Amino acid sequence: MGRYVLRRLLQLIPVFLGTTFIIYTLVWAIPVDPFAGKCGQRPCPPAYVAAMRAKFNLDDNLFVQYVKYLGRLFTGDFGQTFSGTDVSTLIANAYPITVRLAVVALVIEALVGMTAGVLTGLRKNGFADNLVLVATLMLISLPVFVTGYILRGLFGTPRGTSFVDLIVPGIVLGSLSMAYVSRLTRTSIAENRRADFVRTAIAKGLPTSRVVGVHLLRNSVIPVITFLGTDLGALMGGAIVTEGVFNIRGIGGLVFTNIQQQQGVVVTGVVTLLVLVYLVMSLVVDLLYAVLDPRIRYE
Amino acid sequence: MSTVYDGESGEFVPPQEIAAAQDESLLQVLGLQVEFRTRDGVAKVLNGVSYHVNAGETLAVLGESGSGKSVTAQAIMGILDTPPAFVTGGSVTFKGEELLTASAERRRMVRGEGIAMIFQDALSALNPVFTVGFQIAEQLRLRRGMGKAQARAAAIELLEQVRIPHAAGRFGDYPHQFSGGMRQRVMIAMALALDPEVLIADEPTTALDVTVQAQIMDLLAEIQRERAMGLVLITHDLGVVAEVADRIAVMYAGRIVESGGAREIYRRPGHPYTVALLESLPRLDLKGQQLNTIKGLPPSLTDIPPGCPFHPRCRLAQDICRRQVPEPVPLDAARSSACHFTGELMDRV
Ligand SMILES: Nc1ncnc2c1ncn2[C@@H]1O[C@H](COP(=O)(O)OP(=O)(O)O)[C@@H](O)[C@H]1O
Ligand code: SF4
Ligand SMILES: [Mg+2]
Repeated sequence: MGRYVLRRLLQLIPVFLGTTFIIYTLVWAIPVDPFAGKCGQRPCPPAYVAAMRAKFNLDDNLFVQYVKYLGRLFTGDFGQTFSGTDVSTLIANAYPITVRLAVVALVIEALVGMTAGVLTGLRKNGFADNLVLVATLMLISLPVFVTGYILRGLFGTPRGTSFVDLIVPGIVLGSLSMAYVSRLTRTSIAENRRADFVRTAIAKGLPTSRVVGVHLLRNSVIPVITFLGTDLGALMGGAIVTEGVFNIRGIGGLVFTNIQQQQGVVVTGVVTLLVLVYLVMSLVVDLLYAVLDPRIRYE
Repeated sequence: MSTVYDGESGEFVPPQEIAAAQDESLLQVLGLQVEFRTRDGVAKVLNGVSYHVNAGETLAVLGESGSGKSVTAQAIMGILDTPPAFVTGGSVTFKGEELLTASAERRRMVRGEGIAMIFQDALSALNPVFTVGFQIAEQLRLRRGMGKAQARAAAIELLEQVRIPHAAGRFGDYPHQFSGGMRQRVMIAMALALDPEVLIADEPTTALDVTVQAQIMDLLAEIQRERAMGLVLITHDLGVVAEVADRIAVMYAGRIVESGGAREIYRRPGHPYTVALLESLPRLDLKGQQLNTIKGLPPSLTDIPPGCPFHPRCRLAQDICRRQVPEPVPLDAARSSACHFTGELMDRV
């Protein structure tokens, strides 16, 4: 197990380098003058531009720029914006909010999605099944900003950033995955319902609640939990639209305004962190898999 | 005493000779009918199955694959998948109590404690994500109200009884960590947990290596003797049957075509299908020669031929066999056969 984790961690390195390099290239290689409009109506004075070009290594070729950026990143230095604010401060303010929003969305999609999935999986083609089918189809076909504006119209924007405040935005953020979780659970339950071990559990004289709640569910949640694990990373990345709609000052808002203002450092910093979260979660999910299914052993 | 719906004649009939046997029988199946309603039509899988088993007795249920042996067992246990399976007639009594009309809760109480069952493939029948100890102990905790430690001790004792080496150390192992034979022993230990009076073993050795098969059979026979259980042994290993069975019920196309004492049936089979089955038995003295298999295929259960369902494959078939279903006819107090020409057949041998 230990060796497996080590090997997986080593595998993360090239993936991390590759993705961050692509991001860096996309952000800094855009043929737009990063200083346009930075100095009010007039073009920026040449001295300022020269200083900034030196500070951000803009005269090096892109690859050298990237290596220098990465080197500073490893010492925990996310750099500064053109106006001199520490990017790490910006991220430290915004990140916890987005994490909270993603966790709220994850909890909601897990609870609602799995409940709907179990109920419909047990009674395929019943009334509840058709109801959920239509509901999930609607959720899947509606773009997030549409559900977002509808719910914002009904409930307004959140007052703060506590877990309770974030429930409505969490529903919006998690709605797509909720539909997916319910279908995944439904399929898994319906498949395992006729499994031999479920029949054995019934033949042992166990109450139905235990047959379903323990024997059937425990086997059926394996793919669902692994999906939820990878989804946490996706939710944080996908929070941009939701945060925009509900005016939440998380990393979504941060990325959004800084793309507009061409603050490349902020964008690369935030996205690099998102990539890291994603990679770590995928490793956690793999390990979780081995915990959930004892037949899987990594060596 | 329950009345029995006879699907053939469409009347309620309590067959006299079986009614007499019922008083002493631990488990009694009478005229059991089950059909599968699927999109492709209705398959009449059981067409009036009757058999019984007494305490301390081993009944072997024989028949080709697809003849309805497992469905009968599942109907007895009340673990059929409904839908598509529906019990449409007959009766199942355990110690005189009708099970088919009993409440769901009452049936659950009979499962495990009255009648327990072990399955052919222990690997898929055991839950892969729980330890074997957990799976045995949970019955003891839920049905016997034992505490954790007590249930653990009892489960280990059961594992020892089925002779799993280092039972205490293997309590926490998962099913996939056992060999096939050991896994089937776990399955047996689990079935014995609530000390059942009847054990139904559905082809318990079919999935195992030949060398292990004999060990598992010996274990089952020993346990049956020690506990004086009624054992319903579903198998197509006729060698095993000769060794352990007291009585035999031969199934064909969802019916019992012949039943009676094992020794009597071996010596003088009363049904052409039984004759064919016995002829298909590999014999040591004929080693190297081609095995006699029964010619033709069992009928499709969505389209059972009129008359005797065996007639397309029967060497003795006459005109009447194509027209009239042969009813089970008692040959003596303990034997019956459903063939128009049983008399001729038995005289001939
Ligand atoms: N789930 C099912 N759906 C439809 N038909 C089934 C199902 N299970 C069993 N059957 C039918 O019931 C018949 C008897 O099956 P079974 O009792 O398993 O036979 P066996 O004697 O080999 O144990 C089979 O021929 C099969 O066609
Ligand atoms: S009734 Fe006829 S066809 Fe059926 S087994 Fe007897 S002889 Fe053969
Ligand atoms: Mg079978």
